[in-house]
Amino acid sequence: MSTTGVPTSNGKYALELQDVHCYYGSFRAVKDVNLKLHDKKITAFIGPSGCGKSTVLRALNRMNDLIPGGRVEGRILLRGKNLYDQDVDPVEVRRRIGMVFQKPNPFPKSIFDNIAWGAKINGFKGNMKELVEQSLRSAALWDEVKDKLDQSGLGLSGGQQQRLCIARAIATQPEIILMDEPCSALDPIATLKIEDLMRELVKNYTIVIVTHNMQQAARASDYTAYYLMDRSDRAGELVEYGETDQLFTNPKDKRTEDYITGRFG
Amino acid sequence: MAVGASSRPEVTSQTEVDITTQLRKHPRVGETLIEAFLFICGAVSILTTVGIVFVLAEESLLFFTSGEVSLTEFFTGTVWQPAIGQFGIWALMNATFTVTIIAMIVALPLGLAVAIYLSEYASLRVRSILKPILEVLAGIPTVVYGYFALTFMTPVLRNIFGDNVVQIYNTASAGIVIGILILPLVSSMAEDALSAVPGSLRQAAFGLGATKLETAVQVVLPAAVSGIAAAFIVAISRAIGETMVVAIAAGAGPKFTFNPFEAAETMTGHIVRISGGDLSYDSIDYNSIFAIGLVLFCITLVLNIISRYVVAHFREEYE
Repeated sequence: MSTTGVPTSNGKYALELQDVHCYYGSFRAVKDVNLKLHDKKITAFIGPSGCGKSTVLRALNRMNDLIPGGRVEGRILLRGKNLYDQDVDPVEVRRRIGMVFQKPNPFPKSIFDNIAWGAKINGFKGNMKELVEQSLRSAALWDEVKDKLDQSGLGLSGGQQQRLCIARAIATQPEIILMDEPCSALDPIATLKIEDLMRELVKNYTIVIVTHNMQQAARASDYTAYYLMDRSDRAGELVEYGETDQLFTNPKDKRTEDYITGRFG
Repeated sequence: MAVGASSRPEVTSQTEVDITTQLRKHPRVGETLIEAFLFICGAVSILTTVGIVFVLAEESLLFFTSGEVSLTEFFTGTVWQPAIGQFGIWALMNATFTVTIIAMIVALPLGLAVAIYLSEYASLRVRSILKPILEVLAGIPTVVYGYFALTFMTPVLRNIFGDNVVQIYNTASAGIVIGILILPLVSSMAEDALSAVPGSLRQAAFGLGATKLETAVQVVLPAAVSGIAAAFIVAISRAIGETMVVAIAAGAGPKFTFNPFEAAETMTGHIVRISGGDLSYDSIDYNSIFAIGLVLFCITLVLNIISRYVVAHFREEYE
């Protein structure tokens, strides 16, 4: 799979957002997002600070529930089931939709336990050693850490820590992986490694990534969604969504064009 | 340079004063006075400690050099009867440890549970109600706790276990009440340790599909373990040193027993009873309470050192 080839959708959607509004208390941070995330593709959310892209991302696996006053209206459908229905357990949602955070946040446990813990609480009963190795291999970290699995995950470099966090997310065998600016704390080489890794992972997982870095979105994603804050009510909104190549070379909306050509933001 | 300078206002008045004069040190009297005052405050507390250690050591030396008691007898004996020249500190130390262990059995699980609840579960509103209540608990005078043990806890124990099993004065009721007394200390220190664990670790756990309980017990608690251990050790020191409750409720007579329902006198309880009575100042009895005090001091000192060590060396680095 090349980054330049135009990706074709297989017609399946991993998640569908319908009329999604996100609130913090009485403040509406994001309004009226309608979006279909393509299965086994990388979708990038871009936009200037405060445009709500991270808020939308965190709505996808109900992480906003953890913020006091955080609330989502509208529907987010996973295989037809609304994740915000009354009978949905957010813990079950997060087991299927994993997350990698802005700052690498490994547990203060051994590398092995970092991976094994998530699988264990998810009821994994198989061969844990195998799962750990397989997850670390998928995250392109195995060769660097195979001799020190019992050492603390915090002893690794920032880039390795972030790949450990990706391995940890993979180990729970989610359907979708959300990444909230996963490279913002990393140097360019580590960033490229994560991007290469994403291209590998997307064969098996649907990936949604929030990034400030437009080159990254252009390089690494198949689809791009551009968000912007509406100045009238300070709520973020989805301005344009489409195939990455098309959005970057031939944006339909004037505001998208202004942003990607660097006229602001 | 000419171009750049032309747009700025001239600074002739400033440049006329010599730069050496401008930068010269000038005395700041207020600053010096405050510094001296703060130093004296610090010195007073240190000197007080030194003074206490000196007095304890001096009087203890008189006790041990009196010829009436050997160090071996003091540290191994189980009978404390000054009237017949028996000074075995285990009679008192045993009661101290019984009370402390009972207090810990009450305070540690309860304090930890309160801390986990406050830090991981409670909403802001519940916290704002519960924390002040705990602080009130910490503000109750210990003499009140003493009578609470004697007039409430002991009857409760006697109701449960029977009047013939539980004596009126007993170490169990004193221990339980001391446990309640140090509960706010344990819970507030443990809560500080839990709250210091960065939110990013909780997010990571929740993001993996962990429940609140899994996150609290398996991620946050291990990350805070050094702070919690330190809280426990400080609580143990506090329980060992607690005086009023044991003086009122535990019993007034040294007794070497492992039965928590029997009366026994702790080290602190003994000191307070003897020093309250009419003892002549140069008697061996009088000197003996300094020796007990010195042992108490050493125990708490060692515990404090352990606690500092635990905090420094077993800190799970989480960043």
